[in-house]
Amino acid sequence: MRRARDPFFWGLFSAGGMLAALLLPALFLIVAVAAPLGWFGMTAHVDWLALVGNPLLRLGLFGLLFLAFFHAAHRFRYTLYDGMQLYHLDALISVLTYGVATVLTLIAAVVLATAG
Amino acid sequence: MPDTVQLEVFRYRPEEEGEPVFDTFEVPYRDEWMVLDALNHIKDHEDGTLSYRWACRMGVCGSCGMTVNGEPVLTCAAYLEAFLPGPIRVEPLRGFPVIRDLAGDLTDFIEKLERVKPWIIREETKDPSEGEYLQTPGQMAAYRRYSMCINCMLCYAACPIYELEPGFIGPAAIALAQRYNLDSRDDGAEERHEVLSEHEGIWSCTFVGECSAVCPKNVDPAGAIQRYKVDATADFFRSLLTPWRDR
Repeated sequence: MRRARDPFFWGLFSAGGMLAALLLPALFLIVAVAAPLGWFGMTAHVDWLALVGNPLLRLGLFGLLFLAFFHAAHRFRYTLYDGMQLYHLDALISVLTYGVATVLTLIAAVVLATAG
Repeated sequence: MPDTVQLEVFRYRPEEEGEPVFDTFEVPYRDEWMVLDALNHIKDHEDGTLSYRWACRMGVCGSCGMTVNGEPVLTCAAYLEAFLPGPIRVEPLRGFPVIRDLAGDLTDFIEKLERVKPWIIREETKDPSEGEYLQTPGQMAAYRRYSMCINCMLCYAACPIYELEPGFIGPAAIALAQRYNLDSRDDGAEERHEVLSEHEGIWSCTFVGECSAVCPKNVDPAGAIQRYKVDATADFFRSLLTPWRDR
């Protein structure tokens, strides 16, 4: 079981870190800077809801959020585990960190499914 | 430049005193002297009982690794000049039990190194009369960097995980496992996988990266570990998605 756990969560962690590093700055630039300032011919009032209506975009956003949540959970788990040296609490820490990531992923799924 | 420089040397003499102490020595300063030259001066002229390891004094044997002003370095490759004006604090490598003065007990590393089988494993061997196992320059380039390791253990001394989790197999052992895994003449990757894929194999590593920062031979153990993680993860998901395909 433990042999399967390590590559599984590390896989989510590394994919999430990679995607977040590549996409979040671009998303932030578009949503929080370019659109409000009216760059690239955008208006300050983009209809984001209509954009999210595209199922492909919704799927992409869900993938990004899911992996980014598990990236954060894994990093936080090891910050507590190695950084705070709470080795005896590893089971509890794992359940809490990955549990929160699971809950956030479900919320993201519901929000995106009902957004279009 | 000063005429002399002060060295604060870690001393541990278990038969004389229970606790380690620091002895201060004033040694001549020379531009071309390494920290090891200063230690040899102390041993030859001040205190012959000072214990430490060294052999080649040219960065090849890997035996003179020590902690100088808090940093793990090869003392034969560390100029005194870099630590001026002093005092220069010389301690044994972190993470290893001290036997005496600056000499640590390296048994743990040697045992871990043996576990990853750092030698060429072949399914079929041929008779020496049939000639060598040939390799292209490209095949050699695949592992050459990892083959530069001199077992100096600076990476273990720099690794915070090795200090916290003594079971961790560690940077040099994993880099050397990769040195053979990536060798076109080797068939032992699966045997090594047994050891490396344990939690205390590659997964204890959280990519702090200090091992690669201190490596005097630019082996990049951190890179070796991350590459192995990517391969092991890809293998895991592949066998998860296509269970009918035997790995």
